[in-house]
Amino acid sequence: MSAYSVTAPSRRQQWIAGVLVALYAVITLLPLLWIFTTGFKSPSDAIAYPPKLAFEPTLEGYVNLFTTQTRQTEAYLAENPPESWYEEMVHAKGMVIAGPSRFGERFLNSVIIGFGSTFLSVFLGTLAAYAFSRYRVPLKDDLLFFILSTRMMPPIAVAIPIFLMFRSLGLSDTHAGMILLYTAVNLSLSVWLLKGFMDEIPREYEEAALIDGYTRFQAFRKVVLPQAATGIAATAIFCLIFAWNEYAFAVLLTSGTAQTAPPFIPTIIGVGGQDWPAVAAGATLFLLPVMVFTILLRKHLLRGITFGAVRK
Amino acid sequence: MAEVVLSEVSKAFGPTQAVDAISMVVPDGAFVVLLGPTGAGKTTTLRLIAGLEAPDAGDILIGGRSVAGESPAARNVAMVFQQYSLYPHMTVRENLAFPLRSPILRTPEDEIRRKVAEVAEVLRIAHKLDNRATALSGGEMQRVSIGRALVREPEIHLMDEPLSSLDAKLRADLRVELKRIQAGLGATMLYVTHDQIEAMTMATHVGVLDAGRLVQLGSPREIYENPVSLYVAGRLGLPRINALPADLFAGAPAGAATIGLRPEHIAQGEGREARVARIEHLGDQTRLHLTLDGHEIVTLADAHTPLEPGDALAIQPRNALYFDVSGDRI
Repeated sequence: MSAYSVTAPSRRQQWIAGVLVALYAVITLLPLLWIFTTGFKSPSDAIAYPPKLAFEPTLEGYVNLFTTQTRQTEAYLAENPPESWYEEMVHAKGMVIAGPSRFGERFLNSVIIGFGSTFLSVFLGTLAAYAFSRYRVPLKDDLLFFILSTRMMPPIAVAIPIFLMFRSLGLSDTHAGMILLYTAVNLSLSVWLLKGFMDEIPREYEEAALIDGYTRFQAFRKVVLPQAATGIAATAIFCLIFAWNEYAFAVLLTSGTAQTAPPFIPTIIGVGGQDWPAVAAGATLFLLPVMVFTILLRKHLLRGITFGAVRK
Repeated sequence: MAEVVLSEVSKAFGPTQAVDAISMVVPDGAFVVLLGPTGAGKTTTLRLIAGLEAPDAGDILIGGRSVAGESPAARNVAMVFQQYSLYPHMTVRENLAFPLRSPILRTPEDEIRRKVAEVAEVLRIAHKLDNRATALSGGEMQRVSIGRALVREPEIHLMDEPLSSLDAKLRADLRVELKRIQAGLGATMLYVTHDQIEAMTMATHVGVLDAGRLVQLGSPREIYENPVSLYVAGRLGLPRINALPADLFAGAPAGAATIGLRPEHIAQGEGREARVARIEHLGDQTRLHLTLDGHEIVTLADAHTPLEPGDALAIQPRNALYFDVSGDRI
């Protein structure tokens, strides 16, 4: 018989917890799995009813996602035989590849705007949070409340003023404009989250560093920043997820040069209707960077915030 | 190493006067211990010297140079905090090397290696150098903290109750070690504690603080034998000095309100009859708790005393200390 413990969960509790977690995982992962498999289906399989669980996988969706195609005559097709596997795939439908699609550009825009605004939000947020945490800032509480209040209504509520402002400032449909906008929205989250983490870092460390011969800024860089890494990573993930997935402002403020992937993906039109496999393929690829980013920073998310080197 | 002079230094936090016009000299190579209860201004005094707080008034001189307005880094002081504040993201070695790598010292790497090894040897943490700072026990952490102060050659070492978080045995070991190191280096040290054993055994000078004021500064013996007030007398001595109404015994000088009796001031065998209330055997000493006219008196007895609770014991003062109504020595 195992020793009775008050805090350790019993066999039964562990089992129940396991089932609940598995159930939750299925519910959250099912849509992702659906998108992932749809990306490899043929257009007819994608809309088959009842849904096909077993299907012949094809890369047609991905080819459609990355190319623009035009219909050609039999004679033209016969004169220009396909030179690669993807051209052959397009030929089979009686079409030829006219050139690359805009997906690559849109994806790159998402990367530039998403990571750019994340970097800026976290960078400014870290500095602001440190100042709020350590210095006697006049009207500190009011300032912090003001910063938070920018999140008290849905950002889209101010869409029209922002639209007009962007137009008169020449920021419409520019990378800089979108980076600024997402940074402005994320900054309040970033400042508040990071201030919490900064408050947790004991001042003794900085004081020790000051006495050890470092300036305030050096102490911040060498002692505070490494310990705030967990908080910075967590904040960066939140900021990136918002900026990466933002749809409403992207639709409103971008149309060409700076359009991100979210407004672009649903507009992929195939022959005779929505090209669902191509949309699913785009969505799958679109998920990857955030996933990779989160997995890379996961270590920091899971690690404790303070390490217990200071007695409280 | 240098002499440190405080002249009329004051510091208030809001309505609280933490340090009230303190003037004192910490001579070069001295080991000065600041004694006082919590809130007496001991830590604030250290922080003022370190430059972590700016004084409201007064001047601080380190080695004859006024350091008012200088950053902590420029003052070249070392400080050990009460809470062991090792940098948790660094190894023990990196922690010890951190002050040497500062932009002010910019020590060459081979010298850093030599000095770190030297200090680690002295503090017996050489085998832990590559451990993470967080993987150490409390005693090891505090030794690394002290080591971080010792790798440098600062003008003064400031130590804020560095041993208070340790268990009794470790505290005793480190106390001896610290004194040995200080004497060996000839370092100037200002040490805050409320442990009177630390004060008595390590200090060349003891300063007693009361509500932000320095009430007495002198050698441990002087503070113990010749306290200026009842407050100072109560800081040193175990068991604590007995403060009794002066008229309890005959022979009090004029104006005396209180008689202060340490165990060695109590002659047993003749005088007024007290009753034994309790006997405590502490191993190294045996304490007698007596009652006399409703006042409790604690003194020492022979380890194998035949006395038992309820017994009568005659006592009278011998070379006692007398204090007036305001607690000042007469």
